[in-house]
Amino acid sequence: MNSILEVFKKTKVENRAALIAYLPAGFPNKEKSSEILRLILDNGADMVEVGLPYSDPLMDGPTIQQAVEISLENKTSIDDCFQIVKELSTSKKPVLIMSYYSPIEKYGVSKFVENFALANGAGVITPDLTIEEAGPWILKTTEQEIARVFVVAPSSKAARLTKVASEVTGFVYAASLMGVTGTRAQVSSKAEELVANLRKTTDLPIAVGLGVSTPAQAKTVGAFADGVIVGSAFVKILLENSDFEKAKTLIVELTQQLRAALPR
Amino acid sequence: MTLSAENLRVDSAAGHFGPYGGRFVPEALISALEELDLEYHKAIQDPEFNQELSGLQKNYVGRPSPLTEAKRFSEYAKLRVFLKREDLNHTGSHKINNVLGQALLTVRMGKKRVIAETGAGQHGVATATAAALFGLDCVVYMGEEDTQRQALNVARMKLLGAEVIPVTTGTRTLKDAINEAMRDWVTNVETTHYLLGTVAGPHPFPTMVRDFHRVMGVEAREQILNQAGRLPEAIAACVGGGSNAIGIFHPFIDDETVQLHGFEAAGDGVATGRHAATLTGGSPGILHGTRSYVLQDKDGQTLPSHSISAGLDYPGVGPEHAWLKDIKRASYHPITDTEAMDAFSLLSKTEGIIPAIETAHALAGVLKISDQFKPTDIVVVNCSGRGDKDVETAAKWFGLKI
Ligand SMILES: Cc1ncc(COP(=O)(O)O)c(C=O)c1O
Repeated sequence: MNSILEVFKKTKVENRAALIAYLPAGFPNKEKSSEILRLILDNGADMVEVGLPYSDPLMDGPTIQQAVEISLENKTSIDDCFQIVKELSTSKKPVLIMSYYSPIEKYGVSKFVENFALANGAGVITPDLTIEEAGPWILKTTEQEIARVFVVAPSSKAARLTKVASEVTGFVYAASLMGVTGTRAQVSSKAEELVANLRKTTDLPIAVGLGVSTPAQAKTVGAFADGVIVGSAFVKILLENSDFEKAKTLIVELTQQLRAALPR
Repeated sequence: MTLSAENLRVDSAAGHFGPYGGRFVPEALISALEELDLEYHKAIQDPEFNQELSGLQKNYVGRPSPLTEAKRFSEYAKLRVFLKREDLNHTGSHKINNVLGQALLTVRMGKKRVIAETGAGQHGVATATAAALFGLDCVVYMGEEDTQRQALNVARMKLLGAEVIPVTTGTRTLKDAINEAMRDWVTNVETTHYLLGTVAGPHPFPTMVRDFHRVMGVEAREQILNQAGRLPEAIAACVGGGSNAIGIFHPFIDDETVQLHGFEAAGDGVATGRHAATLTGGSPGILHGTRSYVLQDKDGQTLPSHSISAGLDYPGVGPEHAWLKDIKRASYHPITDTEAMDAFSLLSKTEGIIPAIETAHALAGVLKISDQFKPTDIVVVNCSGRGDKDVETAAKWFGLKI
């Protein structure tokens, strides 16, 4: 948890937003997902989210759905995800898991948090866990000092933002738009307003995700948010380029360009 | 029937049934779910809403649906079987009961567009019907596999002016149709109501959909008291998501002498792994915004379900059924494709009623558990739908040429 806050302290001093990258574990396969995330970290990302594959990803658009289907065909397990977290943690940058709640609960909340802590994981993003259902999750993540990242949306009313943000540790994930993950032509106009509303109720860092994929979009969002989350753009490169070396080159380029767009 | 606050069981605000139910959804949907819950509670206390709904039930759907004693079928079942004739409703199944309630709420909320998922196509047809009646735009998500086995209902929805979107992700059945509908809802929630078709999903759907379906049990209770002079020994219904079952069970829950039996689709048999018997073969987990029994693996991944019946082919089940199972108030049993199709044929030939294949699971169930009863005992079966949509599937099953 501290490691996440330290990253945001550092990026604040550097007067830039943090770059946070997402890729589903096990896509295109276990080894390669770990390799790609490491490459992204080495080329300027400040932290990464390892996506835990789930059969019914309600928050994801076609791009990530397709990647997750491939990951599940590869039989990527929860323990495989922890293995990837552990490998990436040697980068000394925070490694998070993004997971729907079904796999977490089935695996066992206590066992999940303990094994994640053993893998040196920093935090977990839970896109479909409402705070009303989060009692055991809050207890256990507090005990193990694992950051709890909840997602808020443009439709969240002020009282709701306060309630959700009060349970967050690490950073608040602000969904830039009403919709699912995927690349978009433009940054939603709602993102800035949501961040402004969050600032009224929390001092925690705020990262914006959903529909941020180009350096220009990252620059726009980085001007008002503490962190910029990019996922589908990386996934798309891997889906569209069967030549893995070529895909790696494109991913390195994109990472460097995104990172270069963030200084304010 | 009017839905007043008194005649409903009041659940905790967060919509829990013991450890089941609740809300496991993206935060983006919370304000829409809260609005729906509020509007629903306001509506059921508003005489105008209740009048409008009961007027539609009577003059548009044709309620009350009859209760028919199936005397020739009873000879095979070796107990007295009464059928609650939801097959005679406008659009051909119980699904219309819930759809009209939610369509009225949609209008009250000022929304102009409804979306729905459908498996057998019955809920999609009912939604397309209500959308036509109220002048709403309608999009129905349907798994590609189901669009093929229920082609007739796809045509009906289109004739009613709805857009049908075949879903090609995952298992291409009901589960994936719900995923797509949820994604549409997250994106268009300001203008769109998700008219969910069963007692699953996040709160308030399991409670609200149940309440719109209670009319079946309320009528059946009165009708059996009139016709037989007493309460039945048992109620039987098929269970997909669980809406026709909970609707007829619920008004009998406090009648301790009345057994409640739900019949799930066992496909090729529970032991084969190719089935949709969630309460029999599944375990507690989370799916589509609620905690209930789910067919899933040790990592919480939803497993594919299998059934000849598109309407029962779902790896989840409504949370209230999970609770009724755990507290042993209701019991749930698996029925294979073969058992269901035998009962489908038997009802057709003994009563002149071709049931939906979903419904045939309940009828097969009665035949299966009948040795626990005396010949004078009474069971009320929810005849949840008619079999018109299934003629092609049945013809293929029985080797008929059409
Ligand atoms: C006639 C009929 N019965 C039953 C069902 C199963 O749904 P539920 O369990 O929600 O009643 C369906 C679903 O499509 C149906 O069409």
